[in-house]
Amino acid sequence: MAASGVLRGHADDAQITTMILRPLRTPSRIWWILFSITGLGTLALGCAIWYTVATGIGLWGNNIPVSWAFAIINFVWWIGIGHAGTFISAFLLLLHQKWRASVNRIAEAMTLFALINAGLFPILHLGRPWFFYWLIPYPARMQVWPQFRSSLPWDVAAVTTYFTVSLLFWYLGLVPDLATARDRMPGRLRRRIYGIFSLGWRGAAEQWHHYRIVYLLFAGLATPLVISVHSIVSLDFSITQLPGWHSTIFPPYFVVGAIYSGFAMVLVLLIPVRRIFSLESVITKQHLENMGKLMLAMAMMLAYSYLVESFMAWYSGDPFERYTYLFARPYGPYAGVYWIMLASNLLIPQLLWWKRLRRSPVVLFATGIVVLVGMWLERFIIIVASLNRDFLPSAWHFYKPTWVDLTILFGSVSFFLFLFFLFLRWVPFVSISEVKELRRELAEEAR
Amino acid sequence: MTSGLAAEFSSADAVLAAVRALRETGYRAISAYTPFPIDGLDQALALPRSRLPVAVFAGGAIGAVVSYWIQWYANAWAYPLVVGGRPMNAIPAFIPATFEGTVLGAALAGFIALLIRLRLPALWHPMFEVDGFESATDDRFWLALDRDDPQFDPMLARRDLERLSPIRIVTVGEDSL
Repeated sequence: MAASGVLRGHADDAQITTMILRPLRTPSRIWWILFSITGLGTLALGCAIWYTVATGIGLWGNNIPVSWAFAIINFVWWIGIGHAGTFISAFLLLLHQKWRASVNRIAEAMTLFALINAGLFPILHLGRPWFFYWLIPYPARMQVWPQFRSSLPWDVAAVTTYFTVSLLFWYLGLVPDLATARDRMPGRLRRRIYGIFSLGWRGAAEQWHHYRIVYLLFAGLATPLVISVHSIVSLDFSITQLPGWHSTIFPPYFVVGAIYSGFAMVLVLLIPVRRIFSLESVITKQHLENMGKLMLAMAMMLAYSYLVESFMAWYSGDPFERYTYLFARPYGPYAGVYWIMLASNLLIPQLLWWKRLRRSPVVLFATGIVVLVGMWLERFIIIVASLNRDFLPSAWHFYKPTWVDLTILFGSVSFFLFLFFLFLRWVPFVSISEVKELRRELAEEAR
Repeated sequence: MTSGLAAEFSSADAVLAAVRALRETGYRAISAYTPFPIDGLDQALALPRSRLPVAVFAGGAIGAVVSYWIQWYANAWAYPLVVGGRPMNAIPAFIPATFEGTVLGAALAGFIALLIRLRLPALWHPMFEVDGFESATDDRFWLALDRDDPQFDPMLARRDLERLSPIRIVTVGEDSL
């Protein structure tokens, strides 16, 4: 991908600092409005969680045979969204993609907030969330240990590791910028707080020397990690015998879908941020176009996965597999969801073949929303449409979510945005040092 | 670096050239402060290769062993239970969590080793007392000569720095030079 066009205008280093730190100085009116709305949504989430925990998960729509529903759909959806953040910050760093410099911070923050939301759901789904620490292997007096031959403890290991490593990676990248905020922001208290979090960074050449090595190693560690996380999530499904789940394509198929939905979320967040804070010179159309291209690539890989999945169901000759893929999904009780999913994940993103549409923020934003919805529906199909009709027709049951399910889903979207707005208010959300480094690199290339 | 002389420069190239010139003159205890990493500065300062990757590797190895051991201890030794007909020490089933443990160990070791190596957090440093040093995280490039350098002589050092035409030269540390 072309490096030109990733940094526009003639801003010098001081102007870059000012431009990136400006949104942190005083919150705009629109920020307050969005903050309040998502704050209310978060409150609704809190109430719904309280109600669920106090009463029990009978408030949700899931029951035998559809024992996994919204909670697990939301979990898989949020974890998947997180993947694009790591993809941008780690993969693209290792591949020397210059355009990552000004978008990695937002993408990484998105990963963290998506993971916080994802982590909520399996814990609530335990039914007795106050015993969640039983998932962790510790020498308990009961002398019972987690069962590592089941895939669920793998999940615990994957998600907690992913969150910890993402947090460290994000924070490590943030330290030099927090030092800039310490030195440039108004207000004694604020400078002190930034000062504490910047750990006393001075930008000494010796510090940069070790810092860069460790940062690069983190990228090297995060790259296989991100692939492992959604692979492990997919194993929750694929090591069971259920038609629609028991398939070896699941790990790569889940990883592709994850990165796909993550890019959609990055675009949905980035496009308004770029506009509201007038950051068009650091987050250029080139960035948006590159992400559009990656999204298109992921859409094609996802199409391949859908195709292979259905083909293998037919080719296996297994009547249950054939029924699930070739009849229950396209013509069964959730056929509407299935066709909307195909349209939004495979058909609509084909618009991005046109360069003009790929460079249009409005089209990209809309496609992002469509893909996010489509990917949520995909998990609905995988989970609910497989469970509601398994081997025995006498056990079939139609699943319907309750209002508590829906409140928790929309509440968690609000909570995610709420965290994101807090982040926009307090943290330099474009990497100051990396944009300056990029500016110098581009200037040297031009020379 | 506790005390000495510091100079402020306006561009990365200027500080790079200054470091090279000072090394040529014979100074060894030079430190440079920049708002972003500058290619070539490490070599100019002759910084030794970072040994932090060793810590990361060791952390990964310890993470791998510990996480496999936990699973083996829990499921094959302390609480053996037949699940799905798998053997007690079910190697393939223990691999995913072992991989996660490896990455976690490596990452934690890398982060902690970096903090130890850089002696952070350290909220105070003599350089922070220098007027205008805030610009080192914005758009200015600083370098400092340590007075513990055998080559360092207050008068000569100031003249050596002046020859590099910095924006200004300031003393670091309490005692005037």
